[in-house]
Amino acid sequence: MTEHPGTDYLSAGMTLRSWLTTHDHKRIALLYALSITAFFFVGGLAATLMRIELATPAGDIVSASTYNKLFTMHGVIMVWFFLIPSIPSTLGNFLVPLMIGARDLAFPRLNLASWYLYLGGGVFTLAALIAGGVDTGWTFYAPFSTLFSNSNVIYALIGVFIVGFSSILTGINFIVTIHTMRAPGMHWFRLPLFVWAQYATAAILVLATPVLAMTLLLLTLERTLGMGFFDPALGGDPLLFQHLFWFYSHPAVYVMVLPAMGVVSELVACFAKNPIFGYRSMAYAIVAIAVVGFLVWGHHMFVSGQSVVAGITFSLLSFLVAIPSAVKVFNWTATLWHGRITYEAPMLYALSFVGLFTIGGMTGLFLAALALDVQLTDTYFVIAHFHYIMVGGTVSAYLGGIHFWWPKITGRLYSDRWARVAASLLFLGFNFTFFPQYLLGIEGMPRRYYAYPAEFQTLNVLSSAGAVVLALGYLLPVLYLGWSLFRGARAPANPWGATGLEWQTSSPPPVHNFIETPTVDGPPYAYRPRVVSPQLVTAREGTQ
Amino acid sequence: MTNATLSAEGPNPVPQRTAVAVQFDDAAQQRDADTLGMWLFLATEVLFFGVLFLSYSVARAHFPDAFAAASRHTNLLLGGTNTAVLLTSSFTMALAVRAAGTQDARSARRLLLLTATLGAVFCAIKLTEYALDYRGHLVPLLDFAFDVDLRQGALVFFLLYFATTGLHLVHLTIGIAIVLVLAWRTGRGAGPRHAERVEVAGLYWHFVDLVWIFLYPCLYLVARA
Repeated sequence: MTEHPGTDYLSAGMTLRSWLTTHDHKRIALLYALSITAFFFVGGLAATLMRIELATPAGDIVSASTYNKLFTMHGVIMVWFFLIPSIPSTLGNFLVPLMIGARDLAFPRLNLASWYLYLGGGVFTLAALIAGGVDTGWTFYAPFSTLFSNSNVIYALIGVFIVGFSSILTGINFIVTIHTMRAPGMHWFRLPLFVWAQYATAAILVLATPVLAMTLLLLTLERTLGMGFFDPALGGDPLLFQHLFWFYSHPAVYVMVLPAMGVVSELVACFAKNPIFGYRSMAYAIVAIAVVGFLVWGHHMFVSGQSVVAGITFSLLSFLVAIPSAVKVFNWTATLWHGRITYEAPMLYALSFVGLFTIGGMTGLFLAALALDVQLTDTYFVIAHFHYIMVGGTVSAYLGGIHFWWPKITGRLYSDRWARVAASLLFLGFNFTFFPQYLLGIEGMPRRYYAYPAEFQTLNVLSSAGAVVLALGYLLPVLYLGWSLFRGARAPANPWGATGLEWQTSSPPPVHNFIETPTVDGPPYAYRPRVVSPQLVTAREGTQ
Repeated sequence: MTNATLSAEGPNPVPQRTAVAVQFDDAAQQRDADTLGMWLFLATEVLFFGVLFLSYSVARAHFPDAFAAASRHTNLLLGGTNTAVLLTSSFTMALAVRAAGTQDARSARRLLLLTATLGAVFCAIKLTEYALDYRGHLVPLLDFAFDVDLRQGALVFFLLYFATTGLHLVHLTIGIAIVLVLAWRTGRGAGPRHAERVEVAGLYWHFVDLVWIFLYPCLYLVARA
């Protein structure tokens, strides 16, 4: 095959084999995008069945044990097979080399291996589903998961164990790439915030995921061979499992939300046509969230029997996370100030993110408060809180990013009108689905039950109805984005007038990203702000 | 793209496979990337083993007497010998890295083979020790007998003993395979990246050695101070 440097990466080989053996980070990103979308709809199907069951107080559609398996599969698939790989493995994979002016990631074969590991993990998890499901909840608490559960725990454990290595490989690849392969002039403080976010995320993946992997391995040994690590009857310690599990799973929340924050920073700056307010503080905030995020896992264990001193310490540290998070929210808002704001679809998703993340973050403070958390533990308040962060936050940002970089990735333009409809449906549907769950939680409705007292029905019906709107918001993009692949107008190199190296190369980019390695000679987000007053200009420059 | 071939009339043809992979600017950048990649991999390994060390600490706090008693049943002579063997192998590995760096293929090859041999000696001694443990009724799940009062704690001790030393042995076996491949390639037209590969393999070898340095006192020296 003859290949000229100008050949775009999509035309550089049309066979299935050329895709399945590719080392191109852009193609691997697309492979990931397809697979996580498939898993998203499997996980979404489980959620749909749960919302149908909860439309009436009685347990009538599915049995109690089926319901347990539904929320377990929903959690396992959404956390490990959608949310964690979502932005890093698709947008991150595609954009990190482009944004820093590199030809590929440092280890392209490892990148492909990471996708195959993801698929391997997915096969085991789907096997658990097909063999009859798992009923432990995504948290796999021992000794229930090792001694008592009669479901297919082993398949799911192996599936998650394998997919963990896919995360680790992606993390190593990103860190090495960002450290060693930046284009000439691309200093650390010239990196787009998206790259900073991917860097911090990669560090979490590298440091937290091995702990999960070993913990799941010990769980597997305990379940299959009766080795006593966590079961008190065998001399183990169940709290040890919870500590190890949350040592990974709390930072995993930041694996989901930090990349989303990176996306939103790009979007807000572009559609306000303003430099990001307080660029350095934004970068430091990303790092601070990643660091402090490692020290707060105990807030998942306030009612577990850990000591009061531990509880108070974890509570205080959890409040700390709010500070860098608030810095980000204030800076996005300040970036809008005096901007020339336009409301294309990606901007609607980004603004949704800011609002929903703020609500999710503020309610997180309720849960970080030791005394209040005892009241709210295991209620729908917790469910609503983390869905505001993970769905309202991460999924909004993921879709916003997909819409923003779609012309770059595919070389096609989509219908912005339909995209704005989808973004609005997502925002409305999301709030109708999950805001009632805050109220249910305050009234005391516990999570993980398939039936409930009649007094909770109104809010549950509202939530289930909202889920229909939310589902429309997810399905609509499949249609118009799919349509654009075949009928969409050809995209120019830089349809949004955005800054950043990825917009300087053609759409879709050539195989090795740039015909000539770019050089960087200025700060990121070099949008020209509308000059309102000299003080404003001074204030902005002071933050750069 | 690996299937890219040189285009005869292309204005700026994609370079053929050379010592430097296409995504890198030069050999120095590639070397930095490979070394950093290995360090990060070792960081994941530290956390991977860290779970076992944490489990050990928690269990030992639960069962201090049983851990002391169980530790006295480990074979200090074989364990101590193995510590010496493995430390020596790290020494020869360090010399091999130096020899490869100075293009001294003959010494590099000998030192790599010596390193692999010392690794194999460690494995042989460790397996012998396992056999003796089995005769001493110390293998959980198969044949475990211990003083009734301390049985549960001792059982957890030996679970961790086999889990940690077993996992260490797996790592060492992988290390031996890598070192043997490098030894075989040394002097056989190994190419410009050979020294770098030996160096990166050296990092891994020293890490596996270090894990043992922590395992040895935790398992063998609990109540022998």
